[in-house]
Amino acid sequence: MRSAFIDELCTLAEEHPHIALMVGDLGYSVIEPFADRFPDRFFNSGVAEQNMAGMAAGMASEGYHVFTYSIANFPTFRCAEQIRNDIAYHQLPVTTVSVGGGLAYGALGYSHHAVQDYALLRCMPNMLIAAPGDPAEVRACLRYLVDNPQPSYLRLGKTGEPTFRSPDVALAPGAWLPLDPAEQDDGVRRAILTTGATLELAVKAKRESDAYAGHALFSLPLWGMESKPAQAAQCAEFDEIITVEDHLQDGGFSSWLLEALMAQGAAIPKIRSISLSPEVCGQVGSQAFLNRSGGLTFETQGA
Amino acid sequence: MTKVEEIETLGTLNLSSVDLARKIRLDTLAMVHAAKASHVGSGMSITDILAVLYANTLRYRPEDPKHPARDRFIVSKGHAAAAVYACLANVGVLSQDDLATFGQQGSRLMTHVNHKVRGVELSTGSLGHGLPFGVGKALAGKRQGKDWRVYVLLSDGEMDEGSNWEALMFAAHARLDNLVAVIDYNKLQSLASTESTLGLEPLVDKLAAFNWNVIEVDGHDHDELRRAFYQANENKGRPTLILAHTVKGKGVSFMENSVAWHYKSPNDAELALAVREIEGNHA
Repeated sequence: MRSAFIDELCTLAEEHPHIALMVGDLGYSVIEPFADRFPDRFFNSGVAEQNMAGMAAGMASEGYHVFTYSIANFPTFRCAEQIRNDIAYHQLPVTTVSVGGGLAYGALGYSHHAVQDYALLRCMPNMLIAAPGDPAEVRACLRYLVDNPQPSYLRLGKTGEPTFRSPDVALAPGAWLPLDPAEQDDGVRRAILTTGATLELAVKAKRESDAYAGHALFSLPLWGMESKPAQAAQCAEFDEIITVEDHLQDGGFSSWLLEALMAQGAAIPKIRSISLSPEVCGQVGSQAFLNRSGGLTFETQGA
Repeated sequence: MTKVEEIETLGTLNLSSVDLARKIRLDTLAMVHAAKASHVGSGMSITDILAVLYANTLRYRPEDPKHPARDRFIVSKGHAAAAVYACLANVGVLSQDDLATFGQQGSRLMTHVNHKVRGVELSTGSLGHGLPFGVGKALAGKRQGKDWRVYVLLSDGEMDEGSNWEALMFAAHARLDNLVAVIDYNKLQSLASTESTLGLEPLVDKLAAFNWNVIEVDGHDHDELRRAFYQANENKGRPTLILAHTVKGKGVSFMENSVAWHYKSPNDAELALAVREIEGNHA
């Protein structure tokens, strides 16, 4: 996802002279293509995320669309108030980009595990979350954000994610994006709804287990407070929904969906949340190991 | 540098900085009294800085406060909002009717500066936000070859915030000589003196070591302030920091140098006394 991000950002920056990239002294072997091609629009704030976010807001107030870039929690929690007050409240076009969403930096430990970021960002009015499921969705999210500049949070995986979508996939906030239809029909309408890099896990589960043959698969790469009203109608199409996220359940994606239904007084289908248990916090291992031990698996919970 | 459209500045205001300062103080007192609001001492502390900025320094157009060629002025110590709004009203950006809504139900004039109010660039209130934002503006102005300048007004207590020191480092590193920061150094913060809370001294040496062009002034002396802003404009290659020595509550004897007036709002009798002092001082 990292390379798709920087490649698409370079393409967009050619057409849009107001796109700028500001890194918090991270991005070695990722951000160089942008820095080399657009040196006037590339900034390294140093290891100083509060200033990075505040400066990005200031630049955005003067016509730039600034992408701040760092890993895991550094561009979000470390400067949460700058995002809340300076960026979101002032409705400025700054996209906070975090690479290593979820447990992608598995062995690096809790400091590098981004498993509470949705909770932080989704409670801010005006904030759009972009959590693409594959490299094509990364590019589509970027195109959407550049066409619709606003406070936003782009949560990337890391590297090596497979591509499921076609290159011209188009997105809209709050709109579930179908990938696979249900292959069996026993009269119960079932869906799997993923956000972020967990799309790969859902695709794998559907391929490997008959238990999910009756589920239609969707991803939701663009969502936030403002897209809650669009959820009830989409949920009403299903009797059972499995939500999938590499995030703690607390304040996460499944909670968001339930809040959206409650806010409208809508009927709530049977919802199962595949998400991370707090017990994963502090554990070390590969992303796959941690996802499994944190309960983010289709296997152990059965169907 | 790109030549920007001329913007009317000096001479448009039919008011001296001294008269403007007096009006700001009187309006501030009336506003905090009516709203039973805090922070009157902070407002009095920055009044002369505001007056010199708006009477003699900033390029702005009152009827078009978002004019693209304006100088950008960011109030980082958002709690001094009453004085800022009072200033904006007396230079024609806001009206006296606007001031009457200060701190009232449903008003845009909340008691920390609000960007939804005409003439306000950034909502603040949480400290340590204005300078990073101003650095971003100055950086944008440099990259775009703009002629306008960025001014940021900070409190001394807010220099406790690490974000300010991050921004100080970056601004010097990026050689932002289109940026002027002013510290309102009244030496009192929320509970006690700045030195007994979290010592700032030797502040001039620290700021100079951060490679800023540091100018120390009496923050109530309009000539010194004017000279400092002029020197800041002449300075090349470094951002300028004006360390303005001030008195919290300046102009009202019983408010001066008193932490209590960070919180208290004058009652009717105190308001009458304060108004008499301000009018007397300027008679």
